[in-house]
Amino acid sequence: MFYREAGQFKTSYKADQALMPILQDRVGLIAILGVAFIVIPAFANDFFLTSIMIPFLVFSLAAIGLNVLTGFCGQLSLGTGAFMGVGAYAAYKLTTIFPDANVIVMVLLSGVFSAAIGAVFGLPSLRIKGLYLAVTTLAAQFFLEWCFIRIPWLYNNNASGAIEVPHREMFGIVVSGAEATPIVRYFIVLCITAGIAFLMANVLRGRIGRSWMMIRDMDIAAELMGIRPLQTKLMAFAVSSYICGVAGAMMVFFWLNAAEPSSYSIALSFQILFMVILGGLGSLGGSFMGAAFIWILPVFLKFIPGTLGFDVAAETVEHVTFMIVGALIIFFLIVEPHGFARLWQIGKQKLRVWPFPY
Amino acid sequence: MNALVTDSSMTSAEAETQVERELLLRVDNVSLSFGGVKAITDISFDIQKGEIRAIIGPNGAGKTSMLNVINGFYHPQEGTITWQGKVRRKMKPYEAASQGIARTFQNVALFKGMTTLDNIMSGRSLKMHKNFFWQLLWRGPAEQEEIEHRRKVEDIIDFLEIQAIRKTPVGRLPYGLQKRVELGRALAMEPELLLLDEPMAGMNLEEKEDMSRFILDVNQEFGTTIALIEHDMGVVMDLSDRVVVLDYGKKIADGPPEEVQANQAVIDAYLGVSH
Repeated sequence: MFYREAGQFKTSYKADQALMPILQDRVGLIAILGVAFIVIPAFANDFFLTSIMIPFLVFSLAAIGLNVLTGFCGQLSLGTGAFMGVGAYAAYKLTTIFPDANVIVMVLLSGVFSAAIGAVFGLPSLRIKGLYLAVTTLAAQFFLEWCFIRIPWLYNNNASGAIEVPHREMFGIVVSGAEATPIVRYFIVLCITAGIAFLMANVLRGRIGRSWMMIRDMDIAAELMGIRPLQTKLMAFAVSSYICGVAGAMMVFFWLNAAEPSSYSIALSFQILFMVILGGLGSLGGSFMGAAFIWILPVFLKFIPGTLGFDVAAETVEHVTFMIVGALIIFFLIVEPHGFARLWQIGKQKLRVWPFPY
Repeated sequence: MNALVTDSSMTSAEAETQVERELLLRVDNVSLSFGGVKAITDISFDIQKGEIRAIIGPNGAGKTSMLNVINGFYHPQEGTITWQGKVRRKMKPYEAASQGIARTFQNVALFKGMTTLDNIMSGRSLKMHKNFFWQLLWRGPAEQEEIEHRRKVEDIIDFLEIQAIRKTPVGRLPYGLQKRVELGRALAMEPELLLLDEPMAGMNLEEKEDMSRFILDVNQEFGTTIALIEHDMGVVMDLSDRVVVLDYGKKIADGPPEEVQANQAVIDAYLGVSH
């Protein structure tokens, strides 16, 4: 009833192929952006920003990156964590080599290195598919993690073996390092994530996005229609790795402040993969929903016993949270194997006909 | 037997309109084998510009392999393929596509996760060139290009009368419509040569009639040359200008439909002979 496009006529192809042809969607998006840009900064405390919103946005971006590759181009990858690591180490090296350059530019530039490495590890995708390809990307994960540990040049021979984000300013405001305020970090992460998500939405609805989906759905037919499989797949690997790299760099520069090789381990790869699968393969909105489920839900669950007045040991809460989240993942995947994005679509369809479903 | 006999009366009129036309594709002495299995043995035939050429034969005769050779998916061990007067070197399927060879598949090979519109738009991929950075921006050239090609695609949607399913994911469509969308996708490539691999398999009579009408219209209105594989002899004899018959990878007959129908080797291949 409230979500119904009846009466919204399009008079041009331009209007028909807009990003959000339906008015209600546009209003919804503006509302979400309003909350993200105005309401949250105005009312949220530091804990909410640093522990919930910033990681949520970073993971959302990483999930978008993986979704481009796995959800849109159909190439399964387990190397996400390593590609994020490449971005982080590249940004660290760049900003220590060029201390006067703008750190945000360096973060955005670091994705280029990650893209190059991603494209190299994407080469086997011409020959192998599915789980077998996942195994070769696993090689990328282990090899790159080894590099992060064994090549001291990458972390400037730091005794701790970790990268520590240096103090950087922009227009007189501290943007990275320990002194940067959560609100500044939040705005940077929000702008980069929203910007990249918008640009990807454009790419995905155009010729290039279609060519990725052609490869995903039926690679032989795609090739017979003039799509070059190697180029198209490598481009997906490069774009995906670029986004993951930027997410990885943001993870250390605007959230953690310091990172060790173990921050970018296989566990991170799996975490991002779960976000993508749970959120919905082939959906940008799903990437956000998946990241919210995997990251935000456990944080809230941990607070429930305290607010209800139960005196439970911290470890118990931790374990119970693991069990609940695990059970919910299984539950949601049984209810809807195509993820939250599909649930949301079904919900919209129901809303469209409500209250007269026939 | 009955089918073959009754059709001969209907096709005699078409045969008289046969004229000598420019050659689009010539296949000379092509042989293809997979290990010890000979799929195609020493086959030669040609396709003239603007005609509807049928390839028929019993199951396993090598018809689909022949199409796969033509669009570069299989590489024959022997023989040459001459495309528009030039001998073609060994090429990849996407190169054949860029030279103007489009095809549909025996078992529908649509992009299941995409809508009808996107599926047909995907046929325009080769004609769209705006690079990644324009695509990122969308506004401006990329959008212009998209609208330009959308117009062409809408013409095809109108032509095939599938306006109502424009925004439906193709996985949800019934089989007959999927076949139609697949034809639309191939048409969107504006091909010189359209290869149709059993476009009417599994359809009911009405759907077959529709599809036959579309094929004739494509041939006559757009002037597209069509090579067609089909098992429904009535359809083949009605539609095609010339028929080539394969059996066990060998060519056993080639000529206008009524000639092929009278050919003893063809009748034997379809009905079987006592050895």
